[in-house]
Amino acid sequence: MMPAMLQYVIDALSLGSLYALTALGIGLLFGVLRVINFAHGDFISVGAYALIVPSANALAVLYVGALPWPLVLLLTAMSVIMVAILSELMVFRPLRGTTPATLMIGSFALSFIIQHLLLMIYGSRPKAVNLWPELTTQVNLLGLRVQKLQLATVGATAMLLGALTLLLRTTRTGVELRAAAEDYQMARMLGIRANTVIAGALALSGLLAATASLLYTAQSGILSYQMGVPLMMFAFISTVVGGLGNLLGAVVGAFVVAAIEVILQATLSDQLRPFREAFVFVLVIAILLWRPYGILEAHSSRERV
Amino acid sequence: MVDTQAGALRAHNVTVRFQGITAINEVSLSLEPGDIRGLIGPNGAGKTTLVNVLSGLETPSCGHVTLDGRSLQGRPPHQFRRRGIARTFQSGRLFGELTVAENVIVPAVNLGFTSRQAAAHARELLAWVNLADKTELIAGILAGTDNRRLGIARALAANPRFILLDEPAAGMSEIECEEITRLITAIPQTFAAGVLLIDHNMEVVMRACERIHVLDSGRMIAEGAPAEVRSNQAVISAYLGIVVTGQRRRVNVDAA
Repeated sequence: MMPAMLQYVIDALSLGSLYALTALGIGLLFGVLRVINFAHGDFISVGAYALIVPSANALAVLYVGALPWPLVLLLTAMSVIMVAILSELMVFRPLRGTTPATLMIGSFALSFIIQHLLLMIYGSRPKAVNLWPELTTQVNLLGLRVQKLQLATVGATAMLLGALTLLLRTTRTGVELRAAAEDYQMARMLGIRANTVIAGALALSGLLAATASLLYTAQSGILSYQMGVPLMMFAFISTVVGGLGNLLGAVVGAFVVAAIEVILQATLSDQLRPFREAFVFVLVIAILLWRPYGILEAHSSRERV
Repeated sequence: MVDTQAGALRAHNVTVRFQGITAINEVSLSLEPGDIRGLIGPNGAGKTTLVNVLSGLETPSCGHVTLDGRSLQGRPPHQFRRRGIARTFQSGRLFGELTVAENVIVPAVNLGFTSRQAAAHARELLAWVNLADKTELIAGILAGTDNRRLGIARALAANPRFILLDEPAAGMSEIECEEITRLITAIPQTFAAGVLLIDHNMEVVMRACERIHVLDSGRMIAEGAPAEVRSNQAVISAYLGIVVTGQRRRVNVDAA
């Protein structure tokens, strides 16, 4: 029983890590733009497609993905950040000052545009890629055989969360980002330059999306032009469960949602398992009935990231 | 309108209407560097609306605000702040998830200080408001007067020329009131800034201010030294029972 339990914990941590990276990217941008960027999942797809040679062939040839891993991370991050900055210049900035609903629809439009650009360039067929095959081997951990990739996912996420915390706490832009995330109007009134802070948030959110796309691609081994959508969906739910507008909340929410998924996967009978996601949503609704503003309410004074 | 009063912050015949309701009506007020002026009035008199206009958060329906004789009409609030008009909020509006020091550093770095200067500046200001030992705490856990002190320190960041304090003593005990009043009255000499102190508690304002403006139902009904205001018939009725106030309002409506 013990090893099985431990396996579930590792599964939940590694799935939660992916959700947390995505949820934090969404949360960072929500903090300064007050909009849920529905194109965030597509930023993840862009990162994944940046790994291969552009072509409509079914066989994907790794290009960036075949380089040493620090370069892979750097180039993927640059591609995603570039798309994020372009999105800011072409969609979010022109729409600034409009209603949140307009911004949200703008982000939906952006999502579709990115998906269809990927479709045009790479074709609609899912592509198999073999990114970092050495990570699919297993190691022995406390008498349990664990995939290296799961450990890498948890480790990379922990490191990024640590680095992000340090950055938000100690740098000028970090402090401004936190101030803007908490009370944007007040931050503006005190002279915080909106464009700089928003560009900073987008770049960070792009870096998180790039990391998520690498880990996700290594895990699934398949590229498809809508691959980011389910990740976006669960990460979005995570930010709501954790407390929209609270970055620590986004991380907590991510691990809670992942834990629910793993527990349901393990406990539901074979007949019910196909409906796992429906059960996840029932539990999410229950959590929101219990705490309508999320587990960690935003603007709380109790926690910070 | 030409304003010869250089160095002053002025509201000229300012009217603010919200969907047909007039919050303030043809109100004028002038604040000079070194001044410590009071603005009193019953709840709902329009005090905060006037402060919102003076700090650029509200654009008047009629009239305008000038600084050094130049109109600030249509400028966003951060340009008011950049030009030296700072304020506090009744609700605090502090960054509860930032540290006490960071709350002061944020405006300082954005108003021209380097990070290092801003940190030193924040330490000085926080020492002045007696928060020297709490600079590294999360602002959200501050209680009572510490909150107001931090609000004042944040408003004083980057040496503003005018500071508008919206009910800094609200909900305070007698002793806390006295402490905060002592701090406020020291602002003009210490920082060479003009102070506008808003409160509905007459006593606090009477003690601190040389001149007092009285708002009631959106109109400026009196202006003068504390003793004059205290004995002013209109002010007394504004602060006393409904019957007198009701009659006076009816007279206003008839006149209009």
